[in-house]
Amino acid sequence: MNDLVNLAIGDAALIGVLGYLVVFLGLVLLMIVVIILTKVMIAKAGKAAAVPVAETAPVAEVPVKAAPAPGSAGDLKLYDTDPKDAAMIMAIVADSLGKPINELRFKSIKEVK
Amino acid sequence: MDILATLQKLALESGFAGFFMDGGWKNLIMIVIAFVLLYLGIVKKFEPLLLCGIAFGCLLANLSYFISLGGSNALYHPELWSEFLDASSPYYHSYGHIMQHCGLLDFFYIGVKAGIYPSLIFMGVGAMTDFGPLLSNPKSLLLGAAAQLGVFVAFFGAILLGFTGPQAASIGIIGGADGPTAIYLTTKLAPELLGPIAIAAYSYMALIPLIQPPLMKLCTTKEMREVKMVQTREVSKTEKIIFPIVVASFVILLLPSTAPLIGCLMLGNLFRECGVTDRLSDTAQNALMNIVTIFLATSVGATMIGDTFLQLKTIYIIILGLVAFSISTVGGLFGGVIMYYASGKKINPLIGSAGVSAVPMAARVSQDVGRRYNKSNYLLMHAMGPNVAGVIGSAIAAGFLLSVFGGVIG
Repeated sequence: MNDLVNLAIGDAALIGVLGYLVVFLGLVLLMIVVIILTKVMIAKAGKAAAVPVAETAPVAEVPVKAAPAPGSAGDLKLYDTDPKDAAMIMAIVADSLGKPINELRFKSIKEVK
Repeated sequence: MDILATLQKLALESGFAGFFMDGGWKNLIMIVIAFVLLYLGIVKKFEPLLLCGIAFGCLLANLSYFISLGGSNALYHPELWSEFLDASSPYYHSYGHIMQHCGLLDFFYIGVKAGIYPSLIFMGVGAMTDFGPLLSNPKSLLLGAAAQLGVFVAFFGAILLGFTGPQAASIGIIGGADGPTAIYLTTKLAPELLGPIAIAAYSYMALIPLIQPPLMKLCTTKEMREVKMVQTREVSKTEKIIFPIVVASFVILLLPSTAPLIGCLMLGNLFRECGVTDRLSDTAQNALMNIVTIFLATSVGATMIGDTFLQLKTIYIIILGLVAFSISTVGGLFGGVIMYYASGKKINPLIGSAGVSAVPMAARVSQDVGRRYNKSNYLLMHAMGPNVAGVIGSAIAAGFLLSVFGGVIG
């Protein structure tokens, strides 16, 4: 690969394959880093959630609220609305607004009769 | 007073006289092209924020060719930039010489040449991007990698058509479907091709809703397109804050030539996620982004001078750009098909085409096509993962090409 300006076809093919492999390698390594980061964060969050429950259990007089489901932004009140329909409505609203659904907060959904 | 001589002098000094001078017809054609681009931007709404500026920059630069015939009124001086790039010239890499003789558009162009505008645009993109979908499904990074196929296939195609190595690298990066990255790399490796490459990159990005759906249909079966994906997990705030720091550190250490693009992308994202720099995030997303877009678009348009644009290689670039875009889409879709089988048919391969970057247009196309085959399907959030992975992937591809060919240019 003496002349990078006037590249031979073989050299160009080699650079093309090498480049694609480098992109893959870079993103695969990044994926591994992200997966490790995620696992650490989930484990930490699990530990943090477990400790307060153990500490507060003997003195807890108020009923403990169940932890929100993954993806939840808090309580959503449904009036005469099926949960499946509610999920559909929220997705449609997010799509129409062009906003990620995890950036929107729905407080209640009521069927208008 | 000789009235006839005065009128003749006025006529010869006017820009209209330039139409009949040597090479004037080329600039006249460029002015017509500028009108066509303005039409596409304003009426057809093809990437109007950029295309309007590019078209008007082209118009101004070519008009200034006529008004500068009798003096130094030109807004853009290609000869100054030729000297700037000529290693044997006493003004080689001399911004001082440029500043001394520059017109308005030359002044704007310094920001392109120094790689400032694309990096600042990346900062704005980072501030606007939610990496949550990528964090909730890190495997989507693979689709962002698969969708860079077109970059390297188009690079090879450009070599076959007789382009030099640095020129072929700049043409190939059109397949990354990322305007700032294409401009950044081309400015470094083949500045003489900046006009056609920028036009090709932004035009094809605007045409994604037309280019991608037929390829999506071609590369997937009806059963694949109907797959409904499960909701992704919720990503914590801490993860989102750590992510840009980790990515910047990791990718820049891996490929130092990506530092300006990845560094700015992740800085913008940190502004967005850290929660204590809302004002900076807002500025990066809006005011800064808009200001830089004006400078970037007009100065890129100014490089579209008749002599350099009206060549056979411009047509080659337009064709190779389409090839790059299409093959990148196919690469992403094949990656999606592989993940479809590897996941036990749980991943809809349509999200693979979003790996070509072009945020968020490509993800919206995945959503639209997915809904055509399954009305209850919502792929948008799933497609955003590969979509933002494509931004990182195209920056890595550009970094690789820059590290291979950067030394040739000096």
